[in-house]
Amino acid sequence: MTTIYPGTLMAASAYHRPSTLPDALALLRDAAPAILAGATDLYPARAAAEAWMRQGPERPILDITGIAALRGIAHGPEGTRIGAAVTWAEIRDAARLPPAFDGLRAAAREVGGAQVQNRATVLGNLCNASPAADGAPPLLALGACVEVASAARGTRTLPLAAFILGNRRTALAPDELATALLVPSQSPTARGGVLKLGARSHLVISIAMAAGVIDTRSGRVTAARLAVGACSPVAQRLLQAEAAILGQPADPEALAAAILPRHLGPLAPIDDVRATAAYRRHAALVLLRRLVAGLAGADTRREAA
Amino acid sequence: MNAMPPATTALTVNGAEHRIAAAPMTRLSAVLRDQCGLTGTKVGCEAGDCGACTVLIDGVQACACLVPLGQVADAAVTTVEGLAADPLGAALQRSFLAHGAAQCGICTPGMLLAAMDLLARTPAPDEAQVQAALGGVLCRCTGYRKIIEAVMDAHRHAPLPAPPQTGAAVGARMVRADGAARVAGTALYGDDAAPADALHLRCIRSPHAHARFTIGDLGPLLARHPGLVRVLTAADVPGRNGFGIYADIKDQPVFAEGLVRYRGDAVCALVGDAATLAAIRAEDLPIAWQPLPAHATPAEALGGAPVQDRWADNVLTTGRVVSGNLEAGFAAAAHVVEGEWRTGFVEHAYIEPEAGYAVRVGDRIEVHCSTQAPAMDREEVAGVLGLPMEAVRIVPTACGGGFGGKLDAGIQPMLALAAWITGRPVRCALPRAESMASSTKRHPAAIAARAACDASGRLTAFAFDGTYDTGAYASWGPTVAGRVPVHAMGPYRVPAVNARARAVFTHNPPSGAFRGFGVPQAAIAQEALWDRLADALGMDRLEFRLLNALRPGNTTATGQRLEHSVGLVECLDALRPRWQALRAEAAAANARGGALRHGVGIACMWYGIGNTGMSNPSTMRITLDAAGRLVFWNGAVDIGQGSTTVLLQIAVDALGLPAAAFDQVMGDTDLTEDAGKTSASRQTFVSGRAAQEAGAALRRAILRRANAGDDAPLRLEGTRLHAGEAVLDLAALDAPLEGVGRFDPPTVPLDADGQGIPYATYGFAAQVAALAVDTDLGTVTLKRIVAAHDVGRTINPTLVEGQIHGGIAQGIGLALMEEYLPGRTENLHDYLIPTVGDVPPIECILVEAAEPLGPYGAKGIGEPALVPTAPAILSAIRDATGAEITRVPALPHRVLEAMSR
Repeated sequence: MTTIYPGTLMAASAYHRPSTLPDALALLRDAAPAILAGATDLYPARAAAEAWMRQGPERPILDITGIAALRGIAHGPEGTRIGAAVTWAEIRDAARLPPAFDGLRAAAREVGGAQVQNRATVLGNLCNASPAADGAPPLLALGACVEVASAARGTRTLPLAAFILGNRRTALAPDELATALLVPSQSPTARGGVLKLGARSHLVISIAMAAGVIDTRSGRVTAARLAVGACSPVAQRLLQAEAAILGQPADPEALAAAILPRHLGPLAPIDDVRATAAYRRHAALVLLRRLVAGLAGADTRREAA
Repeated sequence: MNAMPPATTALTVNGAEHRIAAAPMTRLSAVLRDQCGLTGTKVGCEAGDCGACTVLIDGVQACACLVPLGQVADAAVTTVEGLAADPLGAALQRSFLAHGAAQCGICTPGMLLAAMDLLARTPAPDEAQVQAALGGVLCRCTGYRKIIEAVMDAHRHAPLPAPPQTGAAVGARMVRADGAARVAGTALYGDDAAPADALHLRCIRSPHAHARFTIGDLGPLLARHPGLVRVLTAADVPGRNGFGIYADIKDQPVFAEGLVRYRGDAVCALVGDAATLAAIRAEDLPIAWQPLPAHATPAEALGGAPVQDRWADNVLTTGRVVSGNLEAGFAAAAHVVEGEWRTGFVEHAYIEPEAGYAVRVGDRIEVHCSTQAPAMDREEVAGVLGLPMEAVRIVPTACGGGFGGKLDAGIQPMLALAAWITGRPVRCALPRAESMASSTKRHPAAIAARAACDASGRLTAFAFDGTYDTGAYASWGPTVAGRVPVHAMGPYRVPAVNARARAVFTHNPPSGAFRGFGVPQAAIAQEALWDRLADALGMDRLEFRLLNALRPGNTTATGQRLEHSVGLVECLDALRPRWQALRAEAAAANARGGALRHGVGIACMWYGIGNTGMSNPSTMRITLDAAGRLVFWNGAVDIGQGSTTVLLQIAVDALGLPAAAFDQVMGDTDLTEDAGKTSASRQTFVSGRAAQEAGAALRRAILRRANAGDDAPLRLEGTRLHAGEAVLDLAALDAPLEGVGRFDPPTVPLDADGQGIPYATYGFAAQVAALAVDTDLGTVTLKRIVAAHDVGRTINPTLVEGQIHGGIAQGIGLALMEEYLPGRTENLHDYLIPTVGDVPPIECILVEAAEPLGPYGAKGIGEPALVPTAPAILSAIRDATGAEITRVPALPHRVLEAMSR
């Protein structure tokens, strides 16, 4: 995995923490700053670079955490809007979110330790665009879009799959700021989940992660979105796997069995220090099967209760 | 649009207002330490990986290293220094002390604050809540279990336990003598006490594993950066440009001379002010590199070009133990098993990176540093500067973890050189990546071993050949190669042995000392063979080990007859009920089916205490002066394991005055005698015996002067010392009363066949691990570890348990997750050590087979705690799944692969 260094932030460099979005967008247009929210990716990259004296050129900083319009989780008829300054801890502790968000909330409990959850933003996780970003699979499963704004062109909305383009690469133009996640309205009966696989219990970069949102009615799967992270440069929706369980009886074992290795076509795992490519492909299948079984099982239990 | 922020930022820290004049992107950790002077907030990684810098921001935990000052304007920050003002904070600190939750103490501030975040909302949390709250703080010493207990117990607001009575100090759960400063955040570590005007040192290191280099004209660089005071190179070294553990092998240069031999090798050092150094980039330096082919493994190095000319075949040392008739042993056997195993580099991952400062005082040099071996540092610094030993003073700071990694001279020679040449104080703290790249590691081992037993299960022969990757420089390689063959067959009676270990140079980081000196790697092979033999016999794995266990009166493969303190049989007997119960639980769980398979494993170990067949004395001194001041001059460095407390407990009982009466002077080479290094599990045994002698000698001196009987109880009141009915007026003393104790464990050097008495005594242990393997994913979940250790005599049960817990945690890391790959896992998020959720409940069983040479019968525990853990875990994985794990760490993909073999 390559790491890009967002630039050293020397003592003398300019730091801006505007309180309005227009101010931020104007700065972005005029000063080519690095964008800062939770700072939990920026400082580690800086430390890694500085340890070998390979810090990049200084860049001004645009700190977006002072912008009121980027804060908070809002619910409307269109769905849920998660502002760019919303932290993982806010998602983790947001009791009002419907059960479809359970996967995202579970991911929130596993992003770093509580210290990172308290500072790091969900949208920042996507902008950092690590192949192992724990936000990407559950948000793909929620069908999330990213709202993007610029001073020159106003606002546009991109599906998440069109926002993250590759390893550490997004669709953001230099003058653009990702302002919010837009999660479409979820069925109140839909349930979400994630299964994260790592080599230790806390503070671990995923070897693989599976996420899904499944809705059932009358004992059948009526909607399914499944995604896998850390097994390709960008987390992938697995449409064939979704199709394989759609309309099927919500029986845990049958659903698990319906997902087949060939449904994992979009994945392109690699060998690295955490695991082999072959293992990742295998683990993704196991995680997906367990995930759908668990979601269907939860549904069965709920109906039985 | 906002204008530039104001020149100062308002910040409330522990209730006090601060106006901070620093750039808004300055890390809060740096603000707290450098601007507010609150060095209780520790810096371990600057990447949010270790959590040592955890503080509360408006009551919520955050890594101060990840928070820009600009984001905390007007916020209220709580650091460890502010905890005691809150009754709950004070209760938490007391609970940490009472439970022994702080060892080296470097993670303690972070742990305390992470816990406060939880306790403020959830005063009586359950274990899962504690784990979730503490999941972001790494501890390398404690194994976390005592931390969890301390947090769960804090709500009781219990007072501190009373100190033990004189005469009952040995065996008591005395609170750490140095504990209060550690939970208060006032203990000063390597980067906490440099003078305000100190220059900074930045070492330039090789990014290549093997390369030639030239350093061009440094003039332009110096001219461009007025704050750059000096660039030090090999040419500046006035003495010997080399350091190393052995008197005849000073092979690691302070600064390389035209050739680097590993990624991380030191090339030169910049000395200047911090801002200047931070602005200089690698590309600004006039260094021309010519990369060369590198030996990445011993297999490549054997028969390849020499890494160092002095060793043409790249073999640094070969250790050997040969006894009995091996061929006959194998020929007569009923069962023979064999296999090959591989282990990787393991990083010490002390949470405190190497740090310190040096000051020139006239014609002397002082180095204040985090170290395990002040006397050895003194020799190295003297050699490098070309000074007499008397001109060098080493003052150990608090040490935030060592585990063997702070036994080498590290940054001390270059710091001393910089201060010597510039005449100004010079400080340095390594960034985490530099620490990991440059410091020593546990030797990777490639082991082939073969063992045999007769039809009754008695071992008949054992052959072992270990190739240990010793990296680019010798460091402790000879020690490892010497210790491994002595221990390779484990604590068992084996009539015929042929064990060989070679330390082979490569272009990897120097492998040095790491808790166990190569023995943990060997134990993985040896214990796996016993499991296979037991299975071949159809014998219970514990009973097989018991049948072959060393007992008093047995003779080892080195020809040493063990007379006393061989407690392995007691350990196994004590474990048996737990072994059987855990086996039954696993069988019941497996009967229920499913992807999880449960298993229970067992492993034993022995470990020679102190140096191998070499003198390793310690001298302790206790004085009582005319002012009534009782001083324990203790040169043993406490790196968290607790020697400051243990030696004090011993001295208390030997002298007969309470712990509170003692002042301790620690480590300073100007003020204390050489206690030897803190390694080889030797301080309790060697320095403990010296402390006992010192206490007894002072007691004799007092009683003689008071003309009191041997049993007279002592009581110190100001300058009046009561000895029974007699009273001694100390004010009348013309010289302090003194007791000096010295102990050097009796050994006989090993001959060419490894025959001799390598150690005066041995620790013994057996551990049982219960776990579950997810057979679909290859993941391992530990359920429980039961550890039975023969420690001779328990001086302080809390500290012994702390060593066992911490050793087990490192054994878990070795078995399941730790793998240092040069250039690839140079941080604490790619290099994984166990977190609070990775250490299962641990039961400790302390066996006391008294060692007559030891203080009150005590031996050592530091390394024995780690050795059996990994093999016990691998034994349990095999029990659960049948998978033979032959390469550690047993990452999930390797477990799955092994299951399919």
